[in-house]
Amino acid sequence: MTVQTPVLPPADRAAVTRAGHYGFGAVLDSERIKIVSVRSTVWTLLATAVVGIGLSAVVTSAQAARYSARTAAAQQAFDPTRSSLSGILFAQLAIGVLAVLVVTAEYSTGTIRATFSAVPRRPLVLAAKLILFSVITFIVGEAVSFAAFLIGQGILSGKTPTATLSDPSAVRAVTGGGLYLVALGLLALGMATIIRHTAASISVFVGSLFVLPIIAAVLPSSYSDDISRFLPQQIGTVMTTAHYHGTDTFGPWTGFIILCAYAAAALITGAVLLVRRDA
Amino acid sequence: MSGDSLLIGAGALANGGHALHGLLGGHHGLRILVLVLVVAAAAVIVVALTRRARARHAQKGRSAVPASPASAAGVPEHALAGSLRSAGARRDGGAIVARGLSKHYGEKVAVDDLSFEVQPGHVTGFLGPNGAGKSTTMRMIMGLDAPDRGSVTVYGRPYHSLGWPLREVGALLEAKSVHPGRSAYAHLWMLARTNNIAKSRVDEVLEIVGLTSVAHQRAGQFSLGMGQRLGIAGALLGDPGVLLFDEPVNGLDTDGIRWVRQLLRGLAADGRTVFVSSHLMSELAQTVDHVVVIGKGRLIADMPIAEFTSRNSRSYVRLRSPQLDQLRPALEEAGASLTTGPDGSLLVHDLPAEKIGELAWQESVLLYELAPQSASLEEAFIESTEGNLEFHGDPPIEAHGVSQP
Repeated sequence: MTVQTPVLPPADRAAVTRAGHYGFGAVLDSERIKIVSVRSTVWTLLATAVVGIGLSAVVTSAQAARYSARTAAAQQAFDPTRSSLSGILFAQLAIGVLAVLVVTAEYSTGTIRATFSAVPRRPLVLAAKLILFSVITFIVGEAVSFAAFLIGQGILSGKTPTATLSDPSAVRAVTGGGLYLVALGLLALGMATIIRHTAASISVFVGSLFVLPIIAAVLPSSYSDDISRFLPQQIGTVMTTAHYHGTDTFGPWTGFIILCAYAAAALITGAVLLVRRDA
Repeated sequence: MSGDSLLIGAGALANGGHALHGLLGGHHGLRILVLVLVVAAAAVIVVALTRRARARHAQKGRSAVPASPASAAGVPEHALAGSLRSAGARRDGGAIVARGLSKHYGEKVAVDDLSFEVQPGHVTGFLGPNGAGKSTTMRMIMGLDAPDRGSVTVYGRPYHSLGWPLREVGALLEAKSVHPGRSAYAHLWMLARTNNIAKSRVDEVLEIVGLTSVAHQRAGQFSLGMGQRLGIAGALLGDPGVLLFDEPVNGLDTDGIRWVRQLLRGLAADGRTVFVSSHLMSELAQTVDHVVVIGKGRLIADMPIAEFTSRNSRSYVRLRSPQLDQLRPALEEAGASLTTGPDGSLLVHDLPAEKIGELAWQESVLLYELAPQSASLEEAFIESTEGNLEFHGDPPIEAHGVSQP
């Protein structure tokens, strides 16, 4: 590495009264550069696609093979749409990790100080992250969901009843797969903004997905049902099912609104803390 | 005001609650529980936001103070820097002005009622032992940490109200504040982008700090020194008029240290404001014009370096002689105070070398050495921060910079 004498352009010392102000578009583009310039985010998105489509196919194959051996009631309850979208409930982990990393990687590496030095209006940074993450996750999530559905129906074809996109309920469920990933990811993003540490954020996120249902399950059933239907996992199941036969759950859109409310609460709390806390 | 908006908010939520009625189905108790939770959460958020808005408002009021006279007149700062000081206008001339700055973390007071100004066209050293509050102060200048009391402004404005922060203030705050998986180039480009700084400027600063050849390598592979250079590149990115460097020579080799010194001098010669911290006086002795010295978060000195040295250090004369005992009484009689140096030499304070020579001649004492010593900046620094060291139990961090008395 060569050391050279500093060569600096002539100083413009009238910097004091520069007109204008940094804008949201520039902050958004900066966040885009952050996401594409780090391999981990790109890999996480790839993992989302592989897990979402791959595990859907695996689960669907298993269910297709077992279908003829099942009871009439079970065959009656079989939802081919739901079956082909099983991988979404695994892809949600990867999406959650991505959402967490988008925020906590800045804290763990110290980049956050550079970021807030460049953009002192911190909610602008969070808003840019949120919008960018939503757009990316929506595109990837819907692509994964539709791909998993089409592949899954191909696997089921001839062995079980199948669903087609001419059924509005199936379209709703497949679209719901992508939307579920977006809303859940935003919840993780909000949690990460509050918590700021990678490991702790991922633990809380995974806990809210997989530990809360266990706790709910061991409670007396009168409480259990009331609580279960509020859990993200349960909402996700209903959202990705074309014809849900269970009772004591919210409808798919109601569930989606509740999930969005969680995300909004986490994000607003995160934004307030972001402004109030030292970076 | 805030009460009204709270009521309105609650009203709107109640209406929303009616809409939710159908959605939540027949669970009466649950519905009420959810509503209560939502209303409580909304109330907390509304209160928090109004408090924040009020704080913002108060800060804006403060920032209405006009910028320095030079900037108001549209004259480059450095053209007036000298005249401002000589006219005694120093109080309002600082590019960085801290007033009664205080900050505590939990029980620990980090910065305590600190006031100082940093002038354009000079390199100002910000000195103090480790833990004295230097980094905290720098973070407060950058708006990263909020002061408990007091204020700090850049060109008369709080940092968060700057229109193009990177083009007005550049800072190296911590070595390697970079995502290890991101290239130096991408790191600088994502920062430049926020403040509409051209891509060509990224190449330019990489060239200035000598990282062009490794610009596309992942920063995780960088040495501490390279990380430091990348941080400096980030500070220079917006070609700002005010530059803050927190311990910039940490991790640099001798060449690198010389380079940083040249850079600091060059930036100040351009008329920029350069504020550079160090816990080692020797690192900056030849570089700074002015020093702001703190210990335990309090201001110890704020003065030109020459004044600081002469005020805080006493010069003395070192004597070596086989007949020291014979000379002692005469020296004491002449008003000197005597101490013994670590090598057994005699250290004579408060008496000029000429006078000592005369006395030795009169007493017929043979001298091997008569050496006037002026205390180094390091000693002045240690003397001034004595009793202000934050970590008394630790091995003295300053020790390796101390010259032998």
